Amino acid sequence: MHDTAIVFLELGGIILALGVLGALALRAGISAIPLYLLAGLAFGQGGILPLATSEDFIAVGAEIGVVLLLLTLGLEYNAGELVSSLRSNARAGLVDIVLNAAPGAIAALLLGWGPVAAVAMAGVTYATSSGITAKVLSDLGWIGNRETPVVLSLLVFEDLAMAVYLPLLTAMLAGVSLVTGAISLGIALGTVTIVLVIALRFGRFIEAFVSSPNNEVLLLKVLGLALLVAGIAQELQVSAAVGAFLVGIALSGELAHEARALLMPLRDLFAAVFFVFFGLQTDPGKIPPVALLALLLALVSIVTKLLTGSYAARRAGIARAGRMRAGIALVPRGEFNIVIAGLAVAAGAHPDLGPLAATYVLILAAFGPLAAKLVEPILTRLTRPPSPPA
Amino acid sequence: MEIEQTSLPGIGLKHEFTTHSGRRVAVVSHRSGRRDLIIYDRSDPDRACEAIQLNDEEADALVELLGAPRIVQRLNALHSEIEGLVSIQLPVLPGSPYDGRTLGDARIRTRTGASVVAVVRGPQVNASPTPDFRFSAGDVVVVVGDDETTRAVADILTDG
Repeated sequence: MHDTAIVFLELGGIILALGVLGALALRAGISAIPLYLLAGLAFGQGGILPLATSEDFIAVGAEIGVVLLLLTLGLEYNAGELVSSLRSNARAGLVDIVLNAAPGAIAALLLGWGPVAAVAMAGVTYATSSGITAKVLSDLGWIGNRETPVVLSLLVFEDLAMAVYLPLLTAMLAGVSLVTGAISLGIALGTVTIVLVIALRFGRFIEAFVSSPNNEVLLLKVLGLALLVAGIAQELQVSAAVGAFLVGIALSGELAHEARALLMPLRDLFAAVFFVFFGLQTDPGKIPPVALLALLLALVSIVTKLLTGSYAARRAGIARAGRMRAGIALVPRGEFNIVIAGLAVAAGAHPDLGPLAATYVLILAAFGPLAAKLVEPILTRLTRPPSPPA
Repeated sequence: MEIEQTSLPGIGLKHEFTTHSGRRVAVVSHRSGRRDLIIYDRSDPDRACEAIQLNDEEADALVELLGAPRIVQRLNALHSEIEGLVSIQLPVLPGSPYDGRTLGDARIRTRTGASVVAVVRGPQVNASPTPDFRFSAGDVVVVVGDDETTRAVADILTDG
């Protein structure tokens, strides 16, 4: 068969399979991310239906998926929100980092994977999936809840922390010396600060350049700008993902809203490709030996997120039931954790890191939303006073 | 009454307050333009027990339903504050000479000295109607003046 024919057959098969899986996830009321990962495992090396030729395309598609994930995330926030949430939630945000980075880092050190893998695993257990959590909040009607601003600002804090963490990880994975690492971290921090200041003070100039009444022009300008900045960021060892995130933040208001709506279909496609790609790189045969460890790590990090949510909500004067909800909403892990593990795998980290991260995210991306759904009626029953006499 | 404003990063803004009877109510304004009316649980005051999604039209209708009686109330309050000032509500009946004609045609202020401050049509209140406002049967005209002048307006609306 002709090469093009094979590529189309494979891509068509994968994308169609993802569509069917997405429909299943929708019906079951869970996130599609774990199913996409499973699909990747099935199509990859050692899977049931290994791909022949289209892996190259999928690899580039996956990179674009990461850029789009971060760009649309950045578009959701504006610089003012980031700064104010940084100010008012710094303490809860730090508790979040300490409690939730620890399980991954300690696990990696105990396994003897070395300090670089420990930093990567710290990121894998730290970041809550803002995508899945936002969906849980809206599906369960929790958006109006009084603990929700606390949850959202923790997510903002985590996303900002990523803007510092990803460059650090990229530098460490590249195996650069302490000095070079410090320089690239300095560049990252400097860039983040400059972008925030530009977005706060001169956001309208960028918007004036990007904005267009024509959807096509707007889409091309925003996407082009994001890829360009992502490329520059990657070249400076700041990580492409962070560059795209910063472009998203620099755009705000009505323009960001429009751009996000235009980018969503592209993001859905390429993000799905990204999850499949991560699955492709993971050998399913390597999962059983790490499954127990992943489960243990998942259990520990459910507890640490519950503690984080409770702590942050209590500081905001939320009652006990609300504190539990804040904790449970933070449990899902998803895109960021896989982005981090993907960077580590690409840089040649310990061969068990990929399967461990994949299994861990499979568990928490599937279980997190379910747990939130199960907890709701229990909490309601507990807080409801005994029914008044008829 | 204190209205508390909270920003919901990535979603929009929330305004909430506690009513006199101790219930908590909030409105979440999404960036997309969607609005949710939130009512909090009595036993778990952090939890939204009802979240009612309203589109533009529904939000407007709710505002008018809640706002319309307030205008009449405020007028009545004004009326009791100033002695001799009367505000009355006069219906435009079918067969009225002004059914289908404009406020300007009736020359109410010139002929009587009383003022038309609002015309209520169904759930809609037209505050300070302009001279080109066209009456139609079923409208309720809110008039401010004294005893004599408001009675004269009633005569004009029924007999011309």
